[in-house]
Amino acid sequence: MKKSIASFLLGTALAVTTAGAAFAQDKTVKIGALSDQSGLYADLGGPGSTLAAQMAVEDSGLVAKGWKIDIISGDHQNKPDIGTAIARQWFDVDKVDIIVDVPNSGVALAVNNVIKEKNGVYINSGAATSDLTNAQCSPNTVHWTYDTYMLAHTTGQALVKAGGDTWFFLTADYAFGAALERDTTAVVTANGGKVIGGVKHPLNTPDFSSFLLQAQASKAKIIGLANAGGDTTNSIKQAAEFGIVKGGQKLAALLLFLTDVKAIGLETAQGLNFTETFYWDMNDQTRAFSKKFSEKMKNGAMPTMVQAGVYAGVRHYLKSLEALGGNPHDGVKVVEKMKSIPTEDDLFGKGEIQPNGRTIHSAYLFEVKKPSESKGPWDFYKLVGTVPGDQAFTPLSESKCALLKK
Amino acid sequence: MQALYAQLLVGLINGSFYALLSLGLAVIFGMLNIINFAHGALYMMGAFVAYFLLNLGGINYWWALLIAPVVVGVFGMILERTMLQWLTGLDHLYGLLLTFGIALIVQGVFQNYFGSSGMPYAIPDQLKGGMNLGFMFLPIYRGWVVIFSLVVCIATWFLIEKTRLGAYLRAATENPTLVRAFGINVPRMITLTYGLGVGLAALAGVLSAPINQVRPLMGADLIIVVFAVVVIGGMGSIMGSIITGFALGVIEGLTKYFYPEASNTVVFVLMVLVLLVKPTGLTGRAA
Repeated sequence: MKKSIASFLLGTALAVTTAGAAFAQDKTVKIGALSDQSGLYADLGGPGSTLAAQMAVEDSGLVAKGWKIDIISGDHQNKPDIGTAIARQWFDVDKVDIIVDVPNSGVALAVNNVIKEKNGVYINSGAATSDLTNAQCSPNTVHWTYDTYMLAHTTGQALVKAGGDTWFFLTADYAFGAALERDTTAVVTANGGKVIGGVKHPLNTPDFSSFLLQAQASKAKIIGLANAGGDTTNSIKQAAEFGIVKGGQKLAALLLFLTDVKAIGLETAQGLNFTETFYWDMNDQTRAFSKKFSEKMKNGAMPTMVQAGVYAGVRHYLKSLEALGGNPHDGVKVVEKMKSIPTEDDLFGKGEIQPNGRTIHSAYLFEVKKPSESKGPWDFYKLVGTVPGDQAFTPLSESKCALLKK
Repeated sequence: MQALYAQLLVGLINGSFYALLSLGLAVIFGMLNIINFAHGALYMMGAFVAYFLLNLGGINYWWALLIAPVVVGVFGMILERTMLQWLTGLDHLYGLLLTFGIALIVQGVFQNYFGSSGMPYAIPDQLKGGMNLGFMFLPIYRGWVVIFSLVVCIATWFLIEKTRLGAYLRAATENPTLVRAFGINVPRMITLTYGLGVGLAALAGVLSAPINQVRPLMGADLIIVVFAVVVIGGMGSIMGSIITGFALGVIEGLTKYFYPEASNTVVFVLMVLVLLVKPTGLTGRAA
């Protein structure tokens, strides 16, 4: 009898401890910021994205509520093999829950598969390819900030409608350039325009003169720049040198970031039209955030839309974890929760995450100011128009995402 | 056909940078036996000195062409005096590792303070605009780059191969003890030679500032191609590196026209072919 009471007590004690573990949910989170830390995309993502993630953690107030949140960062060097190796190590050894940023579509798509396999969470802000929420969508992935479909349907469409009906593409020769050219070509032809040529250049090309001469000889009205970062700034600068814009052809900077405009200088960049989903000087909230951000950056840079997207994405992720009452360490479950809560933050305003993982928010058409109009070191943009989120991004009816066919 | 002329000319422009940089490398390797991996970083410093001169001191491009090579040259001579000179007589690998480390540190420091996308540097007013050559629109600045670098290359070749000073230099690399016996300060001459090679890199940096961005990794992206140029031309051969520099620029330009996807790799394919057929390089002599 005595023995059975003892075992009964032991059993109860065991039951209590396991139940206790189930109730007091795990409140530890580990965030990995994976980016190009030193190459041609480092200024638009890179260390600034890690900083944005840190600011999101601070502003969430979860640490004060007893959560333990760590951030680590890694450099994928624009190489898919290095990106996936880091991602695997983060999940297997460092027990990372979520990977954020990941510019470079080639790396982003490769990492997408790893995260799905490891059931982590993926908030991509840096990559452009619309495939992340289309053919290659994943239940673990949320794509924030922008994508190639949006760029094509805003900047591309506006230029065709303004009379730019013949196009020549300068395309970065990898997943991103191909996606941007594909999505823009679709818009151009749908609006009655024609693509009369193009050239694929290697990523990170210092000299564009050969390609620009080919574009010039094509006599196309619009030269579409399906590239990004350093490649775009070099294209634009050298196009000015070769008198391309003066000769009557127009450059379409399909993807241009704040740091690119800074690098080109207003003298050369003035008058360029392009689309972004965030600019530091939009309203009081964006200015307050950007001021704080800039003070913490070594070179005093203002945030790009990619970095803003990392901030907003991490805020929404932490909000969803809080709603779950703890971290279940189950990527699919967390992303489902993220999709069920409408997004709202100071930087992108109100929006939602669609079932395919696409975040929907407004997009803005900007024009680069003339040097005489600029009042400060980062005062670059004039707002030309606003495109509501449901018109800027892929409609669900057109999305090829397998998640939608359930 | 017109497009082809244009590509040839554009190739010559890029060739100018290859020639200037590989010339500096060849001078340093030929005289000091050091594989100077810091060359790209010093080229970048040249562009940055020009940028600082203009934006902090209001000193224009023309003065920068003179001042930047001197400033960076002095920096190089300090490097040689304090670090590189201790490596004489050791295996090439030591010099390569040391200069590679220096390059990483210098680039890292610049990147820390200036980010990676870099700063714009305007084309000087006198060289703005362009000419219509019939088959292409040639920016005047680019034409200037080709002519100026050709002149510098030939002057350097003349200095080393045809003057008395050059003869001392070549003799000093051949047999330093004997040259010293004639009362010539060999270590000082070596330091000055390193300064000259580095100054050439800085000069190329200033020339490229208005064309490319002034950015921390501008040299790192270029230097690998330049090393291939030196290998193809023959290590340490002055004329060889000049001619190969221009020739490879042209070949790369043509590749950009006929098969742009390969324009990043064509130089290395050529390097492999040359090494297979003539391991000493096109103009190199067997050691």
